[in-house]
Amino acid sequence: MHPYPSNPYHPGSLLSVQHLPVPEVGHILGVTAQMDTMRPDELAATLTGHRIALLFYESSTRTRTSFELAAKSLGATTTLVSDKSSSIEKGESLKDTGLTLRALGAEAIILRHNASGAPELLARMTGLPVLNAGDGMHEHPSQALLDLRTMLLRLGLDATTAHESSLKGVTVVITGDIRHSRVARSNAMLLPRLGARVVLCGPEELLPVEALGLCEGVEIERDFDRALAQADVAMMLRIQKERIAGLSLDLAQYIEGYQLSSERLAANAPNALVMHPGPMIRGLEIAGEVADGPQSAIEDQVRHGLSIRRTLLVRAFGAAS
Amino acid sequence: MSDLLIRNARLLEPAAGFDEPGDLLIRDGRIAALESPGGFTGLEVQDTIDAAGMVLAPGLIDVHVHLREPGQTYKETIATGTRAAAAGGFTTVVAMPNTVPVNDSVESLEWMLAPERGAQVHLLAMPAATLGSMGETLSEYEALAKAGAVGFTDDGKPVLEDHVMRAALVAAARLGLPISQHAEDTRLTGGCSMNAGVVAFRLGLRGMTVEAESKIVERDIQLLREIEKADKLRPHLHVQHVSTAKALIAIREAKRQGLHVTCEAAPHHFTLTEAAIEGYNTNAKMNPPLRAEHDRMAVIEALLDGTVDCIATDHAPHAAHEKEVEFERAPNGITGLETALGLASRVLHREHGLPLARILALMSAQPAALLKLKDRGTLRPGSHADLVLFSPDWEWTFTAAQSLSKSKNTPFDQAQMLGRIHATISEGRIVYRD
Repeated sequence: MHPYPSNPYHPGSLLSVQHLPVPEVGHILGVTAQMDTMRPDELAATLTGHRIALLFYESSTRTRTSFELAAKSLGATTTLVSDKSSSIEKGESLKDTGLTLRALGAEAIILRHNASGAPELLARMTGLPVLNAGDGMHEHPSQALLDLRTMLLRLGLDATTAHESSLKGVTVVITGDIRHSRVARSNAMLLPRLGARVVLCGPEELLPVEALGLCEGVEIERDFDRALAQADVAMMLRIQKERIAGLSLDLAQYIEGYQLSSERLAANAPNALVMHPGPMIRGLEIAGEVADGPQSAIEDQVRHGLSIRRTLLVRAFGAAS
Repeated sequence: MSDLLIRNARLLEPAAGFDEPGDLLIRDGRIAALESPGGFTGLEVQDTIDAAGMVLAPGLIDVHVHLREPGQTYKETIATGTRAAAAGGFTTVVAMPNTVPVNDSVESLEWMLAPERGAQVHLLAMPAATLGSMGETLSEYEALAKAGAVGFTDDGKPVLEDHVMRAALVAAARLGLPISQHAEDTRLTGGCSMNAGVVAFRLGLRGMTVEAESKIVERDIQLLREIEKADKLRPHLHVQHVSTAKALIAIREAKRQGLHVTCEAAPHHFTLTEAAIEGYNTNAKMNPPLRAEHDRMAVIEALLDGTVDCIATDHAPHAAHEKEVEFERAPNGITGLETALGLASRVLHREHGLPLARILALMSAQPAALLKLKDRGTLRPGSHADLVLFSPDWEWTFTAAQSLSKSKNTPFDQAQMLGRIHATISEGRIVYRD
C-alpha cells in the first residue's frame, strides 16, 4: 500500500489523512501554533470576503460548530446547508447540490456525509477545495489532526512540527467500535507514520482483523486491561447501542469488558491521557468521572478542533505559508 | 445476398486448431469455402477485402450481456448494444432478462428477439428462471424454449431457495438447457458494495466475502449430484462471472467428477483487482465485485487450465448520472463489449502466454458449444458467415467517449488494448468496419 496515493483533487482539499505526507502534517501543526498567537483582528483579516459552505448530511455538534466558528473567526462568510431543510430532501443529488453551492459563490465546501467516499465525489464534481468533516465509516481527517495536536501538547512534545519520530515511544490504544469508526481509521492511518505505536482494542465483531491493514505497524489486542497497561494515550470510541444488538455479547458484558472506568484506569494506566472524539455516552464506553477527571483531554480536543480547522480553512484557500 | 471474398488472411479456426494463411468466400450469408491464398480463381465477387496481416476468426460469442430494452433505453437499446457488440468483434450475444419488465414470458421474449428491435448481430436471450426473477415460481420453460430461450437465469440475483433451484435445474434439464446462475448468497451481502477485505475496511465500505459466491456454487453442484442420482437427468449448471478462487476449486472438482458444470469469466475479473476502486471509482463497481490479486490470479489460472469455459463480458451499461453518485448508491455494472478482445489478448495472451487460438476458443467455439449453436463459432463451410477480422499485435488505447454503447461506464477508459478489430461480419453483412 502506497502511503500517499496520488491526489487528483483541488490541492486545498482534505479528504483523507492518506493525502497528507508527514511534512505537510508538520506544516499544518506549525501554522496552527502560529495562528494561536495571532490577535482576533489579525485572524479576521485572513479570509475576509471569502465564502464557505457547510454541507451536512448528518447531525453534528462539535465538528460543525468548530468549522463554523473557525471560518467566522477568519472573517469568512459561511452558509449551512443540511439534508433536513434543503432540496436534498427532494432528492437532489450530491453533485447537483455541490454545483448549486458553487454557482452561489461558495469557494470551499465542508462536507459531513453518511456515505464513505462522498467527499471524493464532491471534490471531483465541483473542482472546489472540499474538507472532509466525516464520511460514513471512512475518515475524519480533521479529527485525527486535532487529536495529534492534543496528544503532542499534553505529552509535552513539540506540537509545532511533525516528523517520522514525533510520537516515538508513544502507545495509543484505540478502543471500541473500530469497524464503524471513521475517527479510528484516520488516527490509525496517521499516527503510526509519526512514530506512534497504535493498538486497536475491541471484540471481533467491532474490530475485524482487516483493521491490521489500515497502516503498517497497527496491532490488535483484544484484552482491554492488557491494552490499557501499555497505553500512553487511551482513546475511547462511542458505542451505539443498536450495533451491540447484533453481537454475541450484550451491553452489560460490553461495559464489563471494555468500559474505561476509574478503577480500570487507576489499575492499568494511572498516567495515560484519556481521549474521546465525542459524542460520548457516559456510563457506557467511558465512566463519567474518567471523562471529567484529571487524565482527560476531552475538552482540549474540542478546543484544538477549532484551531486545527482554522488552519485547514486557510490551507483550503492557499493562504498558508 | 452479395458475395464477399476475404483474401490473404490468417485463418484461425479455434475448434479445429486450424491456423493457416488463406482466403475465405462468403455467399448468401454463409461461409462458402476456404482456399489457400490466391486459391479462388476466375471468381466474380461483389466485394473483396485484402486481409494481409490480419486474423480472420469466427465472430465472438458473448453469453452474458445486458441490453436494457425494454424499459431502460436511456442506458442502452438492443440496437446500440449490438452495435457496440459488433465493434467488439461479437456476432452473437445473449441478452439477460433483468429488463423492465423482467423478460419472463413468451410475449416479452418474442418482442425482444423481433427484427423490429434492430439487432445488428445475432441476438439470443435467456429469459428469467423465475417469474419476475423473484426466486419463487418457475417461468414457463417449455414455452420459452420453443420461443428461442437458450437457457434460464435470474441474473443480477441468485435463485436462492434450494427447492426452487432444484426445480429449475430439473425443468431446464428436460429441455436440454442450462440454468445460468448468478452465484451470490444475498443473505450474506446486504449493504455490501465491494469485495470484503483490507481495502474495503480502509475505505469504510461493507464487503462481500468470497464465501457469498462459493457457497452458492457449492450448493448448486450438490443439487446437480442429487438430481443425477434421483431423477436420472443430467442438469446443466452454468456459473456466471466466477470471481473467486474458492468457487473455481468447487467447479474444477465438479467437472472432474463429470457433472455438467460450465462457467464464464469476465475480462474485468482477470484484468483488475479491488485496488481499482481506490478513490471510490463507481466505474469499478460491479457484482460480483473486483477481488483481491490472488482471486484474479485464480481466474487466470482457471482460464489457462480449461476450468473456465468461456469469456463473457457482463456488459452492463448505466447512464453517467447513475454512476456519478456516492459509491454505495451507484448501480453495479460496467460496459465491456468493446474491450473484451483487447483485454483478453493483452492479459491472457501477452502477460500469461495463453495462445491466441485458445482465447478465440474461449470467445467463440466454446460459448457456441455451451449454447449448442451448431453453425456458429466456426469457419466450417456451410456455417453462418459470422466473422471477426483483426490485427492481433496492434496496440491501441481505448477511449470510452468513442464507445458505440449508449453508456460509457467503463474502468478501461484510456486502457491499453492488444488486437485491433478491423471488421465484424454477421451472417455475411459487414456490421462493423473501422
